[in-house]
Amino acid sequence: MKYNVINTHVHNIDGIAKVTGRATYTFDVKIPGMLYGKILRSPHPHARIVNIDSSKAMELMGVKAVVTGKDTLGVKQGIWRRYSELCDEQILPLEKVRYIGEPVAAVAAVTEEIAEQALDLIEVDYEVLPAVYEPMEAIKKGAPEVHEGVERNINVTRHIEWGDVEEAFENSDYIREDWFKCSGQAHMCMETRCAVASYTPEGKLTVWTSTQSPYYIQGLLSGVLGLRESDIRVIAHYVGGGFGGKFELDAAQFCSSVLSMKLSKPVKIVFSREEDFIATKRRTPMFYYVRTGVKKDGTFMARETRVFTDGGAYTGMGATALYLTGFFHSFPYKWAGYRYDGFRVYTNTLPSTSMRGFGAPQGMFCSETQIDLIARDLGIDRVEIRRKNAHTPNYEVPGQATIASCGLTECLDKIEEWIKSRGDLPPNRGIGISSYGFMSGGIFNWFDSPYSFSSAVVTINYDGKVDLHVGCQEIGQGSNTTMAIICAEELGVRIEDIRVHSGDTAECPPDLGAWGSRQTLMAGNATKMAAADAKRQLLEFATAKIKPNIVYDLDIKDRWVHLVARPERGLDYFEVVKDALRGKGGQRIVGRGFYTPHRKGMISPAYSYGVQALEIDVDPETGKIKLVNCVTAHDCGQPINPIGLHGQLEGAISMAAGYGFLEDMPMEDGKIMNPNLVDYKIIRATEMPETEVFEIDTYEPEGPFGAKEAGEGLTNPTAAALGNALFDALGISVKQLPITPEKVLNALREKKLEDNK
Amino acid sequence: MEKHLLRITVNEQEYELYINPKALLVEVIRDHLGFTGTKRGCESVSCGACTVMIDGMAVKSCSVLAMQVDGMNVTTSEGLEEKGQLHPIQKAFLDHGAYQCGFCTSGMLMSSKAFLDENPNPTTHEIREGIEGNLCRCTGYNSIVRALDAVAKGNYREDKA
Repeated sequence: MKYNVINTHVHNIDGIAKVTGRATYTFDVKIPGMLYGKILRSPHPHARIVNIDSSKAMELMGVKAVVTGKDTLGVKQGIWRRYSELCDEQILPLEKVRYIGEPVAAVAAVTEEIAEQALDLIEVDYEVLPAVYEPMEAIKKGAPEVHEGVERNINVTRHIEWGDVEEAFENSDYIREDWFKCSGQAHMCMETRCAVASYTPEGKLTVWTSTQSPYYIQGLLSGVLGLRESDIRVIAHYVGGGFGGKFELDAAQFCSSVLSMKLSKPVKIVFSREEDFIATKRRTPMFYYVRTGVKKDGTFMARETRVFTDGGAYTGMGATALYLTGFFHSFPYKWAGYRYDGFRVYTNTLPSTSMRGFGAPQGMFCSETQIDLIARDLGIDRVEIRRKNAHTPNYEVPGQATIASCGLTECLDKIEEWIKSRGDLPPNRGIGISSYGFMSGGIFNWFDSPYSFSSAVVTINYDGKVDLHVGCQEIGQGSNTTMAIICAEELGVRIEDIRVHSGDTAECPPDLGAWGSRQTLMAGNATKMAAADAKRQLLEFATAKIKPNIVYDLDIKDRWVHLVARPERGLDYFEVVKDALRGKGGQRIVGRGFYTPHRKGMISPAYSYGVQALEIDVDPETGKIKLVNCVTAHDCGQPINPIGLHGQLEGAISMAAGYGFLEDMPMEDGKIMNPNLVDYKIIRATEMPETEVFEIDTYEPEGPFGAKEAGEGLTNPTAAALGNALFDALGISVKQLPITPEKVLNALREKKLEDNK
Repeated sequence: MEKHLLRITVNEQEYELYINPKALLVEVIRDHLGFTGTKRGCESVSCGACTVMIDGMAVKSCSVLAMQVDGMNVTTSEGLEEKGQLHPIQKAFLDHGAYQCGFCTSGMLMSSKAFLDENPNPTTHEIREGIEGNLCRCTGYNSIVRALDAVAKGNYREDKA
């Protein structure tokens, strides 16, 4: 099938605003009478708040208000709204603080400087409590209690099991056990968390904020502020990155709202980079124990995995990450028996949560590293062992997931070919591979939304211009452009005929937002349905006018309304629109679409697949790794927006490779030691490898035009591929992320000792 | 605090304003003059989101006091267009998808412009070095390198005329 818009070179529809400095982010929002807020944060990892005295701060000229937990409704909130025990975070807590950096008070003043000075004048009496920083310590009997009454600090447990695991182990010829440790990672969005809240005396609150889901923020603010959901308008027209860190309620949003409600004035709070590092949330650190049984020929039989995650002080999205890491640890392979037990443990540290990949990069690092070790132990080729066990189209993961499209085998073939084409590598070079896959949006509804997961409204104006209202959120990944492409294709018009409206709860239909790689499939389906609805209405009028034989179908392509069988017979789209509007009593054509997954298993309606190969150069003297080439064979179904797709791929590589060998958040007594961009290293332009991508064509029946997930799953393979490249180059396997020069040298030293035995 | 008179040209427009002598250039550009295309991403002169051109040189505007550039010419991303026409680098960014969230883009454009003005025929490695001071969390930089390479190769030359 030939498309007119889909998979063509389309400029990002927000591009001109972004390359000319016109795009206005929350960071740039300034409204008349606006005050500036700052947050006082706990210096202690665990302490009871005895008293807060803000009288001196209030005396400082220019200070308008100081609020503490006592000025709030004291609601314990969380994004897992369905489960009250997982709603455990009071932003501005009433009784105690649980991590260094937790907000205890907020100030509004006429300038940011005065607000900052006022923080020093707030006196807080703390009763310092014993704290615990490591999940393996926190789980012990007698460890300090992070939350009262939570036994052994276990916040959430998850169990996934299928098949007869014991029997599968018994039928295995070889069993291998390994321990892995996966570090945390900062989302490090270029735009730090920020919000401008404006409450007006008629009881309405408007919040501009940098978020992945205006609808979630609207719902969560409603819960903590006691306002009607629809009296809260959340606006997020441009968002400076999200990566999984911006769809829970944050202190910028909450504190600016509380201050604004107290003063009936707009209040802006922008986190400093340091605040963004120490007092938001982070990728979940995980300890993985993996026991795997295989046949001599490399057939995977059984896997038993136990995982302890460092939950930090609160639940956030960590409960979902705990489930997804366990599921995707099995991915994308077939297991006769699989058992996963995950324990999320509270500690007195920065809370952990979702981050691009949502637990899967950790699960896949451990799995793919061990698979290479097993292949070596058994003397089996590393591509072959993956091919033997790979998911295939229409496979069902027992009780968990139904797979429709799957191009994994083709991806493996392509990568095998590429590796061969590299020939013999020079010394200290290695190529590592990793398979991966990911969901196209989650089926779970822990937020308890009564609305469809995605909705769209298509309105056709008299001049043929189309207004597309979507609730899905543009955060730089290009969803506005993707939706415009889908709408233009389905309706049969051009991209310049579409104007997309998003990022505003007052204008746009509810949608769960940008997380879990859900928007292309879910919002894409809603958009396609809305466009089809509008098109059907246009075709009714066109049919009346053309008067074809009843057996003929009509369609619209590139602004031409025509008989499918005889494309030369037709009418101009713009003329049809005018007639149709007249026929509707002057009403604009409105099409509606919505999507919620049904009967698609526990996890997701569709899954992307791929294989990545990473070539590295290691200096055995210093342990330093240089990334050389990164080649990805990628099955995302039908590509919709090729520029956007390539950008997602390369961006994911930089973030995931950073997770593999650079990024870390070391702590001492609960204090993050590198909360700035001098000490926290992310990949810079000179460190980025050359990239190449092979798109593997599949058609996903559940996705719009056959499309599925394309951006987040690409974060899953790179750390594993990096570790496996090191294994290929020097024969050493590092089981702790990030793979720093120090760990490389230690592993080399150990190998030398081993070899000398 | 006594305010000081600053005479500054931003995007070919002259301004005279009284400012706190300790104000950073980025604060004057954004807060006093309203050129919010220039962003801030850190407090440690590490991210490059605030990069502007001062008399043709790329400078992180959080690293200089506004008073230090008294009498000088500053260009921000808003000043790249000429008569409503995008600059070749802006066009190349669009064609190559060399931005995603867009928050680093203004700074990235200014580093790119200063770099290509200085070195119009760079190797790709030199391009990478040229934008090394600018962090981007979204793109992985390669699309930016391709865009700048295309400009250097003259793919947008007719646009300059």
